[in-house]
Amino acid sequence: MTTASQTTETVNAGRRTTAPTGLALYWYRFQQSLSTPKPYLTVLGIGLWLFTYWLLCEGLRVDRFDKIPGPVAVAKDWFSPTPFQGVSIFTENYYNHIYVSCRRILIAFALATGIGVPLGLFMGWSQRVREYAFPILETLRPIPILAWVPLAILMFPGFEAPVIFLATLASLFVTTLNTMLGVQSIDESYFRAAGCLGSSNWDIFKNVVVPGALPFVFTGLQISIGVAWFSLVAAEMVSGDHGLGYLIVDSYMNNVTVPMVIGMITLGFVGWITSVLVRIVGNWLMQWHVKALALQGR
Amino acid sequence: MQKATTEMKTASTGPAPAASEIDPHSIGKGHLELRNISKSYGEEWDLQQVIESMSLDIEPGKLTVIVGPSGCGKSTLVNLIAGFEKPDSGEILLDGKPVTGPAKDRMVVFQETALIPWQTTYENVVFGPKLRGDLKGKALEEEAKRLLVKVGLGEFMHKYPLQLSGGMQRRAELARAIINGPRIMIMDEPFRGLDAMSRGLMQEFFLRLFEENRRTNLFVTSEIDEAIFLADRLVVLSNRPASVRKVIDIKLPRPRHYTMLSSAQAYEYKRDAMAILHEEAMKSFRPSTANANFAKSYTTSGGH
Repeated sequence: MTTASQTTETVNAGRRTTAPTGLALYWYRFQQSLSTPKPYLTVLGIGLWLFTYWLLCEGLRVDRFDKIPGPVAVAKDWFSPTPFQGVSIFTENYYNHIYVSCRRILIAFALATGIGVPLGLFMGWSQRVREYAFPILETLRPIPILAWVPLAILMFPGFEAPVIFLATLASLFVTTLNTMLGVQSIDESYFRAAGCLGSSNWDIFKNVVVPGALPFVFTGLQISIGVAWFSLVAAEMVSGDHGLGYLIVDSYMNNVTVPMVIGMITLGFVGWITSVLVRIVGNWLMQWHVKALALQGR
Repeated sequence: MQKATTEMKTASTGPAPAASEIDPHSIGKGHLELRNISKSYGEEWDLQQVIESMSLDIEPGKLTVIVGPSGCGKSTLVNLIAGFEKPDSGEILLDGKPVTGPAKDRMVVFQETALIPWQTTYENVVFGPKLRGDLKGKALEEEAKRLLVKVGLGEFMHKYPLQLSGGMQRRAELARAIINGPRIMIMDEPFRGLDAMSRGLMQEFFLRLFEENRRTNLFVTSEIDEAIFLADRLVVLSNRPASVRKVIDIKLPRPRHYTMLSSAQAYEYKRDAMAILHEEAMKSFRPSTANANFAKSYTTSGGH
């Protein structure tokens, strides 16, 4: 009875009058998107890319590409309970590699964010802190992460610490710098308005500096998590046991090329997911920003 | 006398303001004196004098409008009065006490908008009292809601500033300033950037607010029509370095109505002010025959 009356209410002459909620909203959005070219283009794009890959490696067997495992060979092993080259979604070591890398990223990213955001906020806000820290930061920043590898191995014991150190360092620079720029981008009039209303310095920091810098902070964090993956894999390749970077280089050394490709594709997906997670947290924290962008149709 | 007009006014415009609206501490106060203030910027060897020995008395309970050619130092003046910057010399007194920094007794409504974009309209309005803790809980909530309804934003209080139109943002900003019970409101070209229609509506809205409680107001603008429409006293500034060229008492009756702008009296005021403004504005141009001719024709045509 109630459902019947609700249906007539919501679907009024073929037009919705109330907003769907929860999963229904996603379903609605998905259905809507089917009438636009977007999903078809995405599918087509992926298809084209896979086809080219297949053509080069397996179809035409172009010189030198024939040494690379093609999509069919990779898929066969990846989804096989008894993989020929030892790594598939059914083997424990596959998940172990993913777990180890993710754990390292989580620690490194948390450290970099925990140090970088406050440091950047204070550097942006206080001229004095900026004068202390900025020259050092600017000197260390251009040094490529790979150049830090020997030092990291000398400084830290074991496999874990140097790898985490390198990933942390790389994303720390990005986070700090973006946060600082975020604070500097805040319009002077907000500081003045807050001053008029009777804010103490601490009030201004809490209510103006931190929220005002957030859009830049999260842009920075998205870049920084990418950079963290980048340097993590580089570090795992040089010094490490386990982890996706290690899997890739170890497979190469042992001349098993399929796990190498599986490792790469997995890295792509895992990296993508972490970056989406950062974006979700950012949007959740910055409703005002999301709504303002939505008004501009973005 | 002034009290009587206030009461008459509120009686004729519907709901009487709540007792809290007219802050007994702010009404009849807000006497601002500028004594011989100067301000310059720039390197020691290349000083740009922006304000030079300016003295001005801003009388309590009046709407004083400052007009001046663009770039003459009006915003610097606002910054000094608000306490964001300090004058090089001279002093600024509010009710006899020197101004030392920004405080809630001098609320500024900024050019464009300075509503904090990550706070909803409501959060913006309660921001000041909440920080200082001088109005709390239910009382604060009611007062904020009352003011928001008064400025016509009752429905929009949980929207973020960027979701509001330009005119709504200005009204929200007025509410955010008024709730603090300032002795003087400083309006720094507050309606700049609005389209002509919203601007006209905002001027009328602002006038109604002023005529209701007669809070001391300092309104800075570069629009002469706006200035005459609003002002009790019109202060015409010189070009940079700014100093007071002339103070004109605008004796148009209150409550004002936009049709008064086309009266002969308003036209007199406009021609008076225009002549000075024009002469001052022309100082910004290089002296050339073309400019001089233009200036001449402009003034003889009555500033139209």
